[in-house]
This record gives sequence, C-alpha cells and structure tokens, in this order.
Amino acid sequence: MPTATLLPLAVAIPLFGAVLLAVAGRVLPRTGCDVLATAVAVGDVVCLALLWPHTHGVATAPLGGWPAQVGIVLAADRLGAGLALLAACLVLAVVVYSWRYFDEPSGERAGVFPAMVLLFEAGMVGFALTGDLFNAFVFFELMGATAYALTGYRIEDPRPLQGALTFGVVNSFAAYCSLLGIGLLYARTGQLNLAALGRGLAGHRTDLLVVTAFVLVITAMLVKAAVVPFHFWLPDAHAVAPTPVCMLLSGVMVELGVYGIARIHWTVFSGPGGVPDDAFRRTFLALGVLTALTGAAMCWQQRHLKRMLAFSTIGHVGLFVVGIALLTPDGTAGTALYVAAHGCAKAALFGLTGVLLDRYGSVDEPGLYGRARELRLVGVLFVIGALALAGLPPFGTGLGKGLTEDAAGHGHPWLPAVFVVVSAVTGGTVLRAALRIFWGFGETPRPRPGEPETTGEGEEPEIRGPRRALPPMMVAVPAALLAGCVLLGCVPAVARALAGGAGTFTDPAAYRAAVLGPAAAATAHPGTPGPVPDAWTGAGVLLGLLSAALAVALAVLATTRPPTWHRAIGATARGLRRLHSGHLGDYLAWLALGVAALCAVIAAQT
Amino acid sequence: MGPWPYLAAGWILLVALYGLVTSRNLIHAIGCLAVAQSSTYVLLLSVGYRRGGTAPVFSDLRPGSRPVVDPVVQALALTDVVVGATVTALLLALTIQLRKRHGTVDPQALTGLRG
Repeated sequence: MPTATLLPLAVAIPLFGAVLLAVAGRVLPRTGCDVLATAVAVGDVVCLALLWPHTHGVATAPLGGWPAQVGIVLAADRLGAGLALLAACLVLAVVVYSWRYFDEPSGERAGVFPAMVLLFEAGMVGFALTGDLFNAFVFFELMGATAYALTGYRIEDPRPLQGALTFGVVNSFAAYCSLLGIGLLYARTGQLNLAALGRGLAGHRTDLLVVTAFVLVITAMLVKAAVVPFHFWLPDAHAVAPTPVCMLLSGVMVELGVYGIARIHWTVFSGPGGVPDDAFRRTFLALGVLTALTGAAMCWQQRHLKRMLAFSTIGHVGLFVVGIALLTPDGTAGTALYVAAHGCAKAALFGLTGVLLDRYGSVDEPGLYGRARELRLVGVLFVIGALALAGLPPFGTGLGKGLTEDAAGHGHPWLPAVFVVVSAVTGGTVLRAALRIFWGFGETPRPRPGEPETTGEGEEPEIRGPRRALPPMMVAVPAALLAGCVLLGCVPAVARALAGGAGTFTDPAAYRAAVLGPAAAATAHPGTPGPVPDAWTGAGVLLGLLSAALAVALAVLATTRPPTWHRAIGATARGLRRLHSGHLGDYLAWLALGVAALCAVIAAQT
Repeated sequence: MGPWPYLAAGWILLVALYGLVTSRNLIHAIGCLAVAQSSTYVLLLSVGYRRGGTAPVFSDLRPGSRPVVDPVVQALALTDVVVGATVTALLLALTIQLRKRHGTVDPQALTGLRG
C-alpha cells in the first residue's frame, strides 16, 4: 500500500476501533471486547510495520487532498514511525496484559477500558506522525485527556482521583501555554506546517518573540517529558494509575515529550531566525543532567514500587534529553534506541509490579519484604528488568546508552559518568527492591514514621478474588517485552535503521524538501555527515558492565547495611522530597518559574 | 490595536495562574484553568484581526470585495474550545467523584501523595 494510505490509517485504525468498542461493548461479552481490542491493536502494529520500510527519507501524506502549503500533512521519518511503532507494540502488550486484568462490572462498561487505551494510542501515533504544529497540539490534547481519564480510572480510591486531577490541570495548563506559543509563531510567519514554519522564521531575526514562542511551545513537551522542574505531576500520576496504564505512560508517552522537543527544534527553530544551536545545547544539557540526577536521587528514596519506577523514568528521561541536546546524528540515534529499549524494560517492570499488586494488594517495598518468595519466575524477571534498566549488555538499553555516551563523550568527557551513575542508581534501586521482596535479603526494614513519603500499602488490588490462579498473560507479556529489549540490542538491523533515520531527523533541509517539495530546500545542504555509529563498542560494553556492577553493589550494600550511610545523605534527600509536596498549587508555581527561567536563560544567550 | 491584545492575553494567563496556585477549591481551580484557556482565544483572535475586516463568510460576500479577518485562527480557536470543553468536563467529573467519596474539594486537603 502507498504511504499516503498507510499514514492516515495508522491513526484511523485505533480511532475506529475505539468507537467500535465503545458501541459494541454494550452488547458484546467481556471476551468479545478483548478479542476486538486485540485485533485492532494488532492491525495498527501491522499497519505501522508496513509503513516502516517506506521511511528511508520522509514519507508524507497530505490529508483531504489539500497540498502541504494549505492543508495538514502527516510526515513520517524513521524515528517518528519508529516511536509510533513502539507505542503500537506497547498498546498491544497492554491490551493482551489486561485480558483478565480488571474485574469490571460486565454490561455497559465492558468495552470502556480497551476503548480508551485505543484512543490513547491514536493520540500518541498521531503526535508522532504529524507534520503540523497545531495538529500536534490537538493530538497532544487527545493523548492527554485520555491519559487523565485512564489515570483516574479507579474512582473508588482517593489517590487516583488526586493523581489524575494534578496530571490533568498541570498538563492542560502547559498545553495552553503551548497554544499561546503556536499563536505567536503563526503571527510571525502565517504558517502552521512545521517545515513551512522553519522556512518562514529564516527571513527574520531571532528576537524576544521567537524565544518566547519557542519556550511556550515546548512547555507542554517539557511537562509531558517530566523535565525538572516540570516533572512533579509524573510520580503522582504513575503511582496511582492502573498498572497497564503505567506501562504506557512510562514506556512511551513521556518519551513522546522528548521527541516533540527534538522534532520541533529541528524542523522549526534550528535554522537562522530560530534558537541558536549553542543556546539550545547548553540549556538542554543542563536541564537533562539536572533531571537525570534528580530522578535518580528521588528514585533511591522511594518505597512505593510504582513511584520508584516513575522516578527512574524521570532519571532516564534526563539522559534522553542530554542525548538530543547534543544536536548530533550520533546522539539522536543512540537516544532513539535507548528510548525503545527503555520503553520495553520499563513496561515489563510495571507489568511485574502489577503481579505483586494482584497477589498481595500492596506495592510497598518494606511491606512486601520476603513475602513473594513463591513467585520465583516473577522475581527472576524483575531482576532481569532491573539489570536491563542499569544498561547491562546485551540489552538494547545497554547499546542505546553506550551509543549516546559515546556521542556525549566527544565534547563533554564528564557526561558518560552521569549516564553510568544514573543508570546504576535507578537499576540498583529496583534491584534492591527485588532482592528484598522476592528473596528476603538483608534485615527486616524498620518503620520510618514521620517521613514525608508515600507508602505503597492499602492499595486496592486491581483484580478481585486474589485466590484465583495468576493469569498467565501477566507474566508472559513482561517476559516478551524483556525479550524485545534484548532483541533491540542484539539485532544490528534495528540500530542501523535508527542510525540512518537519525541522519534524516537531524537534517531540516531534507524534511522541508519532502514536505514542501524539492524547491523549498533552497538552503545549502550541509553535506552528508559521516556514517552514524550503530554497533557495540568496547567502551560501551565496559561502561554497561560497570553500571550494572555498580547497580548490584548498591543493591547489596543497601540491603545489608542500610542505616549508617543512609543517614548521611538523609538531610539533603529529605529537602528534595519535601519539594514533592503533592499540592497542585506548588506544582504550577514551579511550572511558571521554569518557564520564566527558560525564557531568561535562552534570551540571554541569543 | 497595537500591543494591547497581546498584553491582555498575557495578563489573563497570569491571573489564571495566580488563581490556580492559591486555589482552595478544585471547582475554582478548574474555572481558573478555563480562564487560562481564554487567554489563548484572545491571543489567537488578535493575531487574525484586520482593521475594517468582516467575518470570512463568503455566502453573501464577493471574494475580494472587502477585507476579512483571518479564518485560520478562528478555526484554531474553535478547535481549542472543543478541547477545552472536553478537558473541563473530565476534570469536573473527577472532582464530583472526589467530593462523593471523600467529602472534600480542597486540593490542599489531599495529602495522599508526597515525597
């Protein structure tokens, strides 16, 4: 099929499936809904897989028969299509995982959950494939609104409602900031198409209007990507969302924010009249490192398993931001692979946490101490997931981390250290939890009353009747995701394809030519850069082994001798934790501060 | 009109932000979110404004006979209204559930998630 059909179909299939489920869910039995949802999810994976070979350059599809200068265009390059494919695969995993998950009241609501998941998929795929800024905002809000509803899906419990409200208000406010930015850009150029916007800006000087528009437009992406100080909503939402939803939120939605920043920067602001490369690089390297270290430090402090995984996502997002902030094809290629592998590993870990929640009605690390000894297989998978998070070769996370480190180390020799520390600490934290929960390592944890923390006790089990057998899919899906994570690292074709895609992604002239026609790319082509590295290197393997070894050491140290060195860093850590107050007003104040600071910092560098 | 509509849009956004940060009632906070959104309407419409322009509806107007305001931003504002209505309805529904189950709509009384 031609790409002009496949591109819109990739968005239309899940939209249509969602409508079908919402209508047919009233009459179909539970099994019928599950089969229908799975079929639609498989259909979208197939559609995007068919699209994948056509994305050597940039595949485009003008919508409604209007040419790109007037209408809305969908444009997929390798990285955009790859991210959409990742989203589709994770949605399929989630749909299969939740076959027997919710003990829903049958009848009218049977199809609601899978329908919302498919709607969420439509938003994510659309956001990854669109070539129009306002269209991106609409898909962003579709993705957002469905995510708020899914987060607050279990309305019986107070905390999901609180998490969903915080998530909704903070993200929507940021989206409106973004729309203000889009308005300012339209005022300057009269365009909404990403490629045409880039061309339009080239005729102007970089002034305060462009800087303000840039910061406002990417505010929504920064919030979605949970970059410090825009990240506060994320742990609250992830801690309370149903487990299958967490798999999607952490696995791919957050990464779409990073993708949005990179896409908008490259297509719109990278040329003359945009944001200077140096300003972008310095600012986002600083933001990325800050995010990575904050995420890792907070991750270590958590006892609520989902919150722990959420902060580990923040840590990794920081690394992704560093990767794209390098503004090189190498960094972008490494980050793309890292994102895909991290998505698989993180979704698998959330899925396994769901098993614990199902069996014991708790996701509290000290509360579960030694209780899950009988779940050996789950424990082994959990440890494998933790090591994947730490970047152990041959996992795809290891390869992605190695490639990004390599790219980062060229100009900034200290950056690989950040990568090693962050992946070791986040992997070590998860490993620590696994050793305590599944093997009862170390001494029984003592209660810590009076600490400003979220415990994972008193959670509603998401499935009623814990005495039934464990649904096999709840273990099979995480295992398959971890296998996918290994494949990403071991199959050289994937890394090679992404490396080629990164070359196109970082070439705004090629994008402009594909979307607006060859005549539009009048600016001089910078010349084909050298081949982008796409294979394991000795240094990458060594650093991967180092961070995995550090993770194991941290986990063992933490389980055997907690109190002494814990207290030493306790004071600073407590201050950091107090900032995560759970109050909506505080989070928005941080958001406003972040926007103002970014404006000032970027304006000062232009 | 000069810079005034843009300054007004910024002012509306900041007022809404102040309301959101200090809010003690979720319904009030969601109202503030709607106010924040109206700043985008003001900005979008002022971007497309033309002095002496009329509505871009050509059923009773010969194209080219007189200036019209930019229809694109109006389409954007309309889409924006739809998005805003969805989000507001969803958040209000969550608030109703919160009130039903916990008897509070004060965001500062929600302390289940921190650290």
